[in-house]
Amino acid sequence: MTRQFWNGNMAAAQAVRQSRVEVIAAYPITPQTHTVEYLAQFVADGELDARMVKVESEHSALSACCGASIVGSRTFTASCSQGLQLMSEVMYFASGMRFPIVMAVANRTLSVPVNIWADHQDTLVNRDAGWIQIYTRSVQEIYDMMLVAFASAEDPRVNLPAIVAYDGFILSHASEPVTPLEQSVVDDFLPSPRATERPLMDPAKPQQFGEVLFPEWYPDFEYKKHSALVGAADVLTERFAALAELSGRRYDLVERDSDPGAKTVIFGIGSMMQTARHTAAKLREQGESVAVVNLRVFRPFPEQAVAKALQHAETVLVLDRDIGYGSAGMVYPDVVRALYHAEHRPTVLNFIVGLGGKDITEQTILRSLELAKDGYRGQSVFWPDARGPQEGIAPSAQR
Amino acid sequence: MAIKLKTLSDQEHLCQGNLACAGCSQILGLRQVLKVLGENTLVVNTTGCMAVITQMGVPKVPHFHVLFENAAAVASGIDDALKQQGRRDQYKLLVVGGDGGTADIGLASLSGAIERGQDFIYICFDNESYMNTGGQRSGTTPFAARTSTTPVGTVSRGEARLPALRKNMVEIIAAHNIPYAASTAIGYPMDFLGKVEKAAQVRGPSYIHCHAPCPPGWGVDSELVIEASKLAVQTGAVLLYEIENGERRITKKVSKRKPIADYLKLQARFRHILDDEKLIEQLQREVDAGFEALTARC
Repeated sequence: MTRQFWNGNMAAAQAVRQSRVEVIAAYPITPQTHTVEYLAQFVADGELDARMVKVESEHSALSACCGASIVGSRTFTASCSQGLQLMSEVMYFASGMRFPIVMAVANRTLSVPVNIWADHQDTLVNRDAGWIQIYTRSVQEIYDMMLVAFASAEDPRVNLPAIVAYDGFILSHASEPVTPLEQSVVDDFLPSPRATERPLMDPAKPQQFGEVLFPEWYPDFEYKKHSALVGAADVLTERFAALAELSGRRYDLVERDSDPGAKTVIFGIGSMMQTARHTAAKLREQGESVAVVNLRVFRPFPEQAVAKALQHAETVLVLDRDIGYGSAGMVYPDVVRALYHAEHRPTVLNFIVGLGGKDITEQTILRSLELAKDGYRGQSVFWPDARGPQEGIAPSAQR
Repeated sequence: MAIKLKTLSDQEHLCQGNLACAGCSQILGLRQVLKVLGENTLVVNTTGCMAVITQMGVPKVPHFHVLFENAAAVASGIDDALKQQGRRDQYKLLVVGGDGGTADIGLASLSGAIERGQDFIYICFDNESYMNTGGQRSGTTPFAARTSTTPVGTVSRGEARLPALRKNMVEIIAAHNIPYAASTAIGYPMDFLGKVEKAAQVRGPSYIHCHAPCPPGWGVDSELVIEASKLAVQTGAVLLYEIENGERRITKKVSKRKPIADYLKLQARFRHILDDEKLIEQLQREVDAGFEALTARC
């Protein structure tokens, strides 16, 4: 297929169209809204043979996807921010039911204060909902990851829902060149939705769904769900390899841009990693030893791959575009966990940046690197682009 | 084709033995409803008593226990997926909820599904409080009823919300211009099942509100549950009617209504008001007014 010029929401919608989704249920919320509008137009134009359940809330959107899923349809929804929070209850239900629903999230922070711009608060507070979470840095990546998400979620070894997250406005509304796959290639890449062996509602084989499970067996069920999500890492890796064969575009659970021996490594998720990459390249030209490691898949958390990618680092800066109030950013703890048993444990510091869509610029990265120079001095969490700490006001939690 | 006791299926779609309390009326209702709808029925069930009762393989038809407030939304997804797959006509889709899952926490999702014209039969078994959690008041709890959140105390005499303000689910649903909505009571099974049969023939949403006495919650002896349901109708506390394409019709005409006290005194939840003649008179006036208002619209 020829090169296209799409924004992030269009890339997500086009991937849904090519995935031949049968049932779409979503409720509009800025900056995700266009995704749903594009899909409505595809359906109106006969370019996508699907039914759209025009629900009255996000809670019902994901619930309708659950309904479609239990009778065997491929389903899609999209949301973010407050909408995702309203869905939260159903997110746990969907993963417990092992429904391979795919959701696009145009990341946006949570109210209040009211703010419609990007940070990762919305998806990260739902990190334990049992969903695959894939993050992206460009519009091309959104398109590619949507296809990987459908293929991986529906894999019989996984059967879990998946989120493809992209920063609101920064990616959802920015147009970039995208090279899509041919329809026939997509058809081969994805499993047939009718081929599923999941238990479905069927009078010929009546079963009960969503049943009670007493304490004696509850841990066993949870272990199975957890194991399936951990095991999804292998499936995702397989699909990345398959996609590379078809498109030439290479992805991994953890992606390192250059210089495996760099002393200082910047680590994180989402579009800010492009800025980090750009800044690090400039610094390397000036002779500094700085590299960037991008975490593509946050759930399942690829512990070993993260440890390996950071094995030569002396200092790791974990950028978090989110804050776990009263603790640290939400990516940071998992990175520390991955490195705790490393042979040469680096200093790992946490930088809370770009909340509520504040631009993450070269200056933000440089300021973070500057703060990291002193290493750990009783403070692990820094706010390089917030005014309080700049003026020497440290949050009391850091005392 | 009116349903007849003689022609009611012998087939059982519920296994024997379940977790219902002795004398539970709604499990009787589900058993009868499934006899009418048959084996190709998919059941979606809100959280609530029925979800607990039907756990562990009780129904013999596919049965999906969902969340508290999303049964109509899940059913919407099933409905649209089956339509998309070209096999919607092979199934009946039944949604079952209590008054909590229907009138309160699930009202928005039900309203949305009905407004979209989703094709399902929704049955609310109304036991007039949150019995699954031990009997807290709901939007359909009657005036003066003692519940665990409307207790009787030195300054409180049970549910204080006035009778006229209680949620009238049939009329709320009817305001959506739904093709078929009806009220029924567990004590009148042929009235109930006739309505289920009608609802099953509707393309689009249909709604049946079934008055379902709860022995432990209401303080009614198990063997008097059917009696309580019948008295509710015979006193006019519950009016059996249907709204078919906008036309209201009373389906159970009570020629000489019994005094409301006959219904109240069967239930421990009203024990604290039985001596209050003034209040009983007031309640009688409310019942009379409700009956007049409905009659005027039929």
